[in-house]
Amino acid sequence: MAIDLHRYANPARFLRIMGAIFPWVAISTAVLLIAGLYLGLFVSPEDYQQGDTVRIMFIHVPAAWMALSIYTMMAISSAVGLIWKHPVADLSAKAAAPIGACFTFLALVTGALWGQPMWGTYWVWDARLTSVLILFFLYLGYMAIWESFDDPSKAAKAAAILVLVGVINIPIIKFSVDWWNTLHQPASVATMDGPKIHSSILIPLLVMAAAYMSLFMSLFIVRVKSEILARRLRLLQMNKLQE
Amino acid sequence: MSAFYALLKRDLRLAYRQGSAVTLTLAFFIIAVTLFPLGVGPELAVLARIGPGVLWVGALLSCLLTLDRLYQADYEDGTLEQLMKGPLPLELMVLAKVAAHWISSVLPLILIAPVLAITFNIVADGIWVLVLSLLIGSPVLSLIGSIGAALTVAMRRGGVLLSLMILPLYIPVLIFGVAAVEAAISLLAISPHLMLLGGLTLGALVLCPFASAAALRLAVE
Amino acid sequence: MTLIVENLGCVRQERIIFSDVNFTVKAGQALWVKGRNGTGKSSLLRIIAQLLKPASGQISWQQKDVLDEPVEFLKRFEYIGHLDALKTSMTPRENLSFWAKYRGPNNIEAAIEAFKIEEIADFPVRSLSAGQKKRSNLARLIACPSKIWILDEPISSLDVHFIDLFTDLLRAHLEDGGLALYATHQDLEIDDVQLLNLDEYTGAGS
Repeated sequence: MAIDLHRYANPARFLRIMGAIFPWVAISTAVLLIAGLYLGLFVSPEDYQQGDTVRIMFIHVPAAWMALSIYTMMAISSAVGLIWKHPVADLSAKAAAPIGACFTFLALVTGALWGQPMWGTYWVWDARLTSVLILFFLYLGYMAIWESFDDPSKAAKAAAILVLVGVINIPIIKFSVDWWNTLHQPASVATMDGPKIHSSILIPLLVMAAAYMSLFMSLFIVRVKSEILARRLRLLQMNKLQE
Repeated sequence: MSAFYALLKRDLRLAYRQGSAVTLTLAFFIIAVTLFPLGVGPELAVLARIGPGVLWVGALLSCLLTLDRLYQADYEDGTLEQLMKGPLPLELMVLAKVAAHWISSVLPLILIAPVLAITFNIVADGIWVLVLSLLIGSPVLSLIGSIGAALTVAMRRGGVLLSLMILPLYIPVLIFGVAAVEAAISLLAISPHLMLLGGLTLGALVLCPFASAAALRLAVE
Repeated sequence: MTLIVENLGCVRQERIIFSDVNFTVKAGQALWVKGRNGTGKSSLLRIIAQLLKPASGQISWQQKDVLDEPVEFLKRFEYIGHLDALKTSMTPRENLSFWAKYRGPNNIEAAIEAFKIEEIADFPVRSLSAGQKKRSNLARLIACPSKIWILDEPISSLDVHFIDLFTDLLRAHLEDGGLALYATHQDLEIDDVQLLNLDEYTGAGS
């Protein structure tokens, strides 16, 4: 047969590597998450102004980091998919999107909850919150376009174009929103930066970031695997149809 | 270049013959903008404050109304695949169609905007800068929109998806456009804002045709 | 003046439509693509017309790889698809003159005469019948003359009289040293024609 369809549905090496990594990232997710939450919620000192509410930061800040990193990762793997036509690249961007959207949503919700004690209101049109909100919309658009095509290989290319356009725009959007925010400075907003970060805060923050990272990896592996299996199923159905 | 003009002229002629699309977009723009005084109350100070933003958002949404048909009509009657054969490179074909869209659907909005700005009690300086900012910034709307239009060209109900994909990308042009008008009203320098808008337009002019062309190739396959 | 296609394969929606299709068409020759519905007649012609990427194989024109360097080849053919590619609010004459301006060579009057659309040339396309639209679209073949005609169901919705007219035009094109690839259900009675029956190339067998 001149055309090898299984290339798309049977990335054996990829599956083997992922299968080997999975138990380790799953375990490290559990360990790091417990350690990070313990350090963040019980060990780290409370803020002299914000009290215990500052602890939301340990959930919020790494989630915001993840939101942007995952979008960047999607853009890179989409570019790989477009340029080298690597089948797993498209799938990994697709698999990462809902996880990234969840982290973005988590960052938004915790940001709002943190805003209530700090600013006296759940939502402030703060430059960062606004940027994260826009990022959330970009994730939604990306996920919507995957759903709108019948042919997965077309959907992959369309979604790749969209995510690449988005990633070029993100710095511009970020810049414009920052700029807009300085033009319309709200009356009194406490900055989130606070004083220089002390190691008692930094360490739990980094542990939480690592925990999120391995959580992402484990969810990602599960999702990519199921995507590959779904493709294989599709292919089997197609073959059945053709006989 | 004659192919470019031929296509531009054809699209303008089609837009003129199907005049209803242009009139409807204009009507939508006027009605949408009119709703704001009814929503927030007739107080002139408030209207003057929100006016630039309302007009820019109105123009942006009205532009979106016609974008989903940018390539769709040509896709449905098989003209698009003939256009793709050439001789015009696809990127230039996109530019010709975007230019026709801007002239036929966005320019009328800009022309009517000063009248609406008067009803919003915006001062004369602000009105001129509003028109100027729309002239400089609105090509971005057509250009970025063309990517969304190309991605959704084969979809029966692509309009909603188009809005979801494209509106977040419109944010920078909205911010700088409105900022220019507000600067003019508060007698501040307007040139940085307009220059940023111009930068966005030039950037979009370079990048969008490529993304749009890639999406069209995908659609015709 | 030779079009060579080797080992061409086509995959749609992750399904193999056909594979290992080979043929050579020289100046003055025609290729008749036949097959049941779904065997990929349109896909094959669209691949040659550069509208679709093949899953495998080579296409060469004048010893040059078309898939690598399509620009030269794109100027050499005219493609007639299922859809009429006419703007309904314009007249056939306006439609043809647009394509002539867009593509370059300008042969509108000859085209209108050849396809006998003089009487309808100045009415908006939306008021024409299916057969009249088809002829107005086919007129593009004469209005923008080209070496290779790629024709997907060119005679559908034409009556017997116009099928004969079209066949004569096709013969004249081939006698002038042109090439043609066409997919029809009906035999057009062309002398120097090869038959490509896509029923024999379905992917499931391999």
